[in-house]
Amino acid sequence: MDRRIVIATLMAGTALLAACKKEPPASLPPEPEPNVTATPTPTAPTGPVLGTQAHFEEAVNGKNVIYFDTDRYNIDSASAAALQTQAQYLMRYPNINVRVEGNTDERGTREYNLALGERRANAAKNYLVSLGVAANRITTISYGKERPVALGSNESAWAQNRRDVTVVVE
Amino acid sequence: MKPILLLFTATLALATAPLAAQETPKPFDRDLSAPAPEGGTVETVEAAQDDGGLSFTVTDESEWQDLGIAIPGFATDRDVPTQASSGGTAALGKSLAQVVYNDLKFNGLFKPVGPNALPQPSYPEITAPSWPTWSNRSAEMLVEGYVRARGDGKLIVGCYLYDVQLQKELTRGGWVVPPADWRRAAHKCSDLVYSRLSGESPFFDSRIAYIAETGPKDHRVKRLAIMDSDGANHRFITNGRATALTPRYSPDYRQLLYLSYVDGNPRLYVYDIGTGRQHLVTQSSNPTFAPRWSPDGKWILYSMAIGGNTDIYRVSAQGGPSVRLTNAPGIDIGGSYSPDGTKIVFESDRSGNQQCYVMNADGSNQRRISFSGGRCATPEWSPRGDLIAFTRIAGNFNVAVMNTQGGGVRTLTSGWQDEAPTWSPNGRVIQFFRTERNSGRSSLWQVDLTGRNERRLPTPVDASDPAWGPILP
Repeated sequence: MDRRIVIATLMAGTALLAACKKEPPASLPPEPEPNVTATPTPTAPTGPVLGTQAHFEEAVNGKNVIYFDTDRYNIDSASAAALQTQAQYLMRYPNINVRVEGNTDERGTREYNLALGERRANAAKNYLVSLGVAANRITTISYGKERPVALGSNESAWAQNRRDVTVVVE
Repeated sequence: MKPILLLFTATLALATAPLAAQETPKPFDRDLSAPAPEGGTVETVEAAQDDGGLSFTVTDESEWQDLGIAIPGFATDRDVPTQASSGGTAALGKSLAQVVYNDLKFNGLFKPVGPNALPQPSYPEITAPSWPTWSNRSAEMLVEGYVRARGDGKLIVGCYLYDVQLQKELTRGGWVVPPADWRRAAHKCSDLVYSRLSGESPFFDSRIAYIAETGPKDHRVKRLAIMDSDGANHRFITNGRATALTPRYSPDYRQLLYLSYVDGNPRLYVYDIGTGRQHLVTQSSNPTFAPRWSPDGKWILYSMAIGGNTDIYRVSAQGGPSVRLTNAPGIDIGGSYSPDGTKIVFESDRSGNQQCYVMNADGSNQRRISFSGGRCATPEWSPRGDLIAFTRIAGNFNVAVMNTQGGGVRTLTSGWQDEAPTWSPNGRVIQFFRTERNSGRSSLWQVDLTGRNERRLPTPVDASDPAWGPILP
């Protein structure tokens, strides 16, 4: 998926959140802003306020979350597309800073998962920086396996939890 | 062992010299409960008279299963009120015996019978047992004791181990304790009996730090807590406002190292038990994980991620500059000193996945020791020096041990996710935490080195990240 398609998708303003990628789950992590009620207005003059997480999530069409394979931290093509969308937003709004929150599934030891989450968060940060976003606008944090969004103990739940969440620092 | 007179200055909170110069900024304290109460002094008043009169030698632990030990209530010369028990010293005597009974029962080596099922000996009988009473109950060993209230309010507790068949005293001990520390006298009696019969070092008179967990899986509240080795004297250190993880008791029990998100980021703190204050292990904007003490308490190991790359560092417990010990690309994390302080076993994924490595204490001569299949995580060096316990990841997560060269791997548990082993002070029992599939509920468990004796340690709420301290000073 190249950048033009991403932009086209963004411009279309579709409220559909699912089915764009193979790997990621149908449901989106809730944190930290609760109301992602999609308003189908394309440019949203009366929608979420600039500088809020809601504004960011709507603008990137929910692509503020990327996913990883077990024990991996590489940026795959789906994640790259999502990060490109995020980068465009950040280039357009140079006063917005973000925090990338790295997470793991529960199937790892606690301390290793803290380090793995940090590695995943940095992978996303580095990719955003490579796209031109200033490094000092992006902080990272790892929650390891402490903040699952899918609560089962199965492959589907673990896939949803192995994620980076990009959050606007308000 | 020769008769000796030992003075124990106890434990928590004699901290007359709180760590100066490290004024804690207010925000760190937001998550802290009131300081733990001062501990008292345990004084050994009576030496064991040990003439080596053990009637048999047991080498195979399986033969111990039938070693019956009768533990009747401890007697008192006068039933007087004491702060240690609402029922006076007579009721306290029964409680003391009950603590000893529970210690020895859960150990798995013995078949003790407790005070509720036995006649109560009189005070004079403690030093002159009524042998027929016990031989008729087919008890092979007999533990009798007494408790007396001293004029200053302190308690004198005596403990005697008898061989019933030989009608002979094997060992004895006596301690003076403040009323609040009465359970420590019972644990010392358990240690005396256990050590005399097994030949192993004591371990009951010790404490455990862990993380108390409550709430749903996606909003888990994690609090730092401490308790005695049997779960008694439980106390929360943090109030749950921030996630707390991975505590470690300092060897002198005066401080706790742990990870907290109290400032929003994962950072390591040293919590001072006496003052109830804490300070950062190291001033850095980078995340820090996996804190560990050196056996002498002079050094702290921590792991720090810079740009996503985690390495192990060492810093003096007094502060000062840090020294980086690893520099491989990837995650190098954790670290557990050999008892002599010369080597460190740690975890690294430099080979592609989590494996265990040993290095010298200065970081030199790093080499992988785990080659037996699966992954090797959270290695912990036994206080005896002979074994390394670790989390073996091969499908499920289980607690295993290996020798210090990485050989002789034995898996001791069979849960779905058993993680983070920590050794008893004598290196004979391993504690770990077990997570249930789906519910995510966690609990503390103990297993001995045979793998046959496994039991859950009761905690008030769910529990993880146990860290067993040494024998109390």
